[in-house]
Amino acid sequence: MTWETVIGLEVHTQLSTCSKIFSGASTAYGAEPNTQADAVSIALPGVLPVLNKGAVERAIRFGLAIGAHIAPRSVFARKNYFYPDLPKGYQISQFDLPVVGMGALKIQVEPLSGNAKPYEKTVRITRAHLEEDAGKSVHGAAQGMTGVDLNRAGTPLLEIVSEPDMCSPAEAVAYAKALHTLVRWIGISDGNMQEGSFRCDVNVSVRRKGEPLGTRREIKNLNSFKFMQQAIDYEVQWQIDTIESGGKIQQATVLFNPDTGETRAMRSKEDAHDYRYFPDPDLLPLAITPEMMVEVRSAMPELPEARRMRYIEQYGLTSYDASALTSSREMADYFDSCVSLAGPANAKLAANWIIGEVSAQLNRDNLDIAQCPVSPQQLHGMLIRIADNTISNSGAKEVFRTLWSEGGDADAIIEAKGLKQVSDSSAIELLVDGILADNADKVAEYRSGKEKLFGFFVGLAMKASKGKANPTQLNEILQKKLAG
Amino acid sequence: MSLSTADVRKVARLARLAMDDTEIEAARSQLSGIFELIEEMQAVNTQGIEPMSHAQELSQRLREDKVTESDQRELFQGIAPQIESGLYLVPQVIE
Repeated sequence: MTWETVIGLEVHTQLSTCSKIFSGASTAYGAEPNTQADAVSIALPGVLPVLNKGAVERAIRFGLAIGAHIAPRSVFARKNYFYPDLPKGYQISQFDLPVVGMGALKIQVEPLSGNAKPYEKTVRITRAHLEEDAGKSVHGAAQGMTGVDLNRAGTPLLEIVSEPDMCSPAEAVAYAKALHTLVRWIGISDGNMQEGSFRCDVNVSVRRKGEPLGTRREIKNLNSFKFMQQAIDYEVQWQIDTIESGGKIQQATVLFNPDTGETRAMRSKEDAHDYRYFPDPDLLPLAITPEMMVEVRSAMPELPEARRMRYIEQYGLTSYDASALTSSREMADYFDSCVSLAGPANAKLAANWIIGEVSAQLNRDNLDIAQCPVSPQQLHGMLIRIADNTISNSGAKEVFRTLWSEGGDADAIIEAKGLKQVSDSSAIELLVDGILADNADKVAEYRSGKEKLFGFFVGLAMKASKGKANPTQLNEILQKKLAG
Repeated sequence: MSLSTADVRKVARLARLAMDDTEIEAARSQLSGIFELIEEMQAVNTQGIEPMSHAQELSQRLREDKVTESDQRELFQGIAPQIESGLYLVPQVIE
C-alpha cells in the first residue's frame, strides 16, 4: 500500500523593527527581564495600542516578494485565551481580513535519500498576517511559582501560512529554508532561529493514494531545519503505523523531543481552540494607500529567485551553483562584487571558489560571509592570476590560505612565495628530457604497455619543478616524449 | 433565539467568570435579550452595503518605528503582588 504525506507550514517570523508593534518599547534581544515591558506591554488598564509603520511596511515587502495581493484594508482582531504571559487576556492578531493574501514561493528541492534528482516546485502561501508576540514564562523561577518576563510581549510577528502543498520532509525543509532566506533577503527579519525569530509549526497528515485528506497533527515550535526533518519523519511513520494497526488519528498538537527523536501529543485542554475572535475596537482598520505601496515597492531589492535565474542565464552557472550563491543576500552580493571586478568570463571560476574554498573556510571558522577575512577585491586578485595561468590550482590554494590568515594581495604573495608556474615549454621540455634519461628502465616499461606509469612521471616532473610546472603543458609534453 | 443555561456556563468559563446559579439565570435572560435585538437587526436588508469593522469610518494612524519608552520596571513592579529577580511571579503554570 502506498502512502502519501501532506504537509503545510505556519511560520512565525519576528519582524526587525526597533520598537514593538503597538508601543514604543524596545525589541532588543537579551535585556534584563521586564526592562523593555512598558505600560502597553504589561497591559495596564486604559492604555491603547498604536500601530508601528515599520511593521506594516515589512508585511507589504513580504507580500510583494511572494507576488501576493496586499489588502488595501485589513483588520486587527482579538484572539482570546488566558495565560500568564498574555496579560491582556487576548493577543492582537488578524483573522478574516489579513494584510497579505494568496501568494507563492518557488523552491529547489534536494531529495534526502536515494539517487533522486533535485527538482523545482511552487508552494502556495495562503496568507500572512501581523500579530503581537506573547511574553515568556520562566518555570521554576521560585518555589511553586512561575516567573513572567514581558520583554517579548508586543514584539511584531508576521505569521506566514502555506497551503498543504508539500508532500515530503525534503519539500517542507526546502520551503522553510527558502522562506528563511527570503525574509532575511528582503530585510524584514534577522531570521535568528536560536533567538526564536523564525519558528515553524508543521501540519502533517497521511492518506492512502487517491483517498481524501487524512486527519492532521500539528508539530509545534520547531526551531531548526534538522529537527523539522526528524520530526516529520517520525510523525509520518507514527501515523502510518497507527492506521495500519487499525487505529485512528486524532487531531492534536504535538511537541518534538530532540533527545528521543519522537513526537508526543500535548495534553489537550478543554475549550483550547475556542478563541472567540472579534475585531479589536481599540484599533481602526489598517488602510494601505497606493503611495505607501509605491514607496515600499521602490525600495525592493532584486529577489533571490530572480538573481538565481540571472546567474544561470547570464553566466551559465548550474542550477545547484546558482542556488548556493543565492542562499543569502550577502553571499550573492559577494559573488556579484567578484564578478564585477574579474569580469563575467570569470564568473564560473568565482562561483567555484566561493562555493568551494571560501565556504569551506567560513564553515571551519564558524564565520558568516559578511565576516569573510578575504574581501572580493582580494579574491579577484587571485582569480585573475588563475585565469591567466600565472598560478596553478595548487598554487592558488596556497595563495588563498595566505590571504585568509595573513591578508595582503595575491600578486605580492605569488612573488614572495615563488608560486608563479612555469609555462615556458622549452623549460618544461628540458626538465622532462632529464627525467626520462634518468629513468630509462621505467620509460621502457611504459612503452611496453604499462601506461599506469604516466602518473609516476608526472609526479617526478612536478617535484623537479617544485610544483610550478603548468600541469596542462606538462601532460602534453610528457605524452609526446613518452610516445617516442 | 434564546440561550440555554449551558451556553451561559460555557461563556462564563471561557471568560474565567465565577457565577452562581442565580447569576447564571440573570445573565441568561439579559444575554437572550441582546440576541433578540441582534435578530431584529438581522431582518434589515443590508444588501450592497460593505460591512464595517469599526463604528467610525476612519483608518489606523501609524507610528514611526522609534523607541520612545524607557525602563520603568521599578515603578510598575511596585504594585505587583510578588516579584523575583525582575520577574512577575504567578501561581505555577503546568504545561
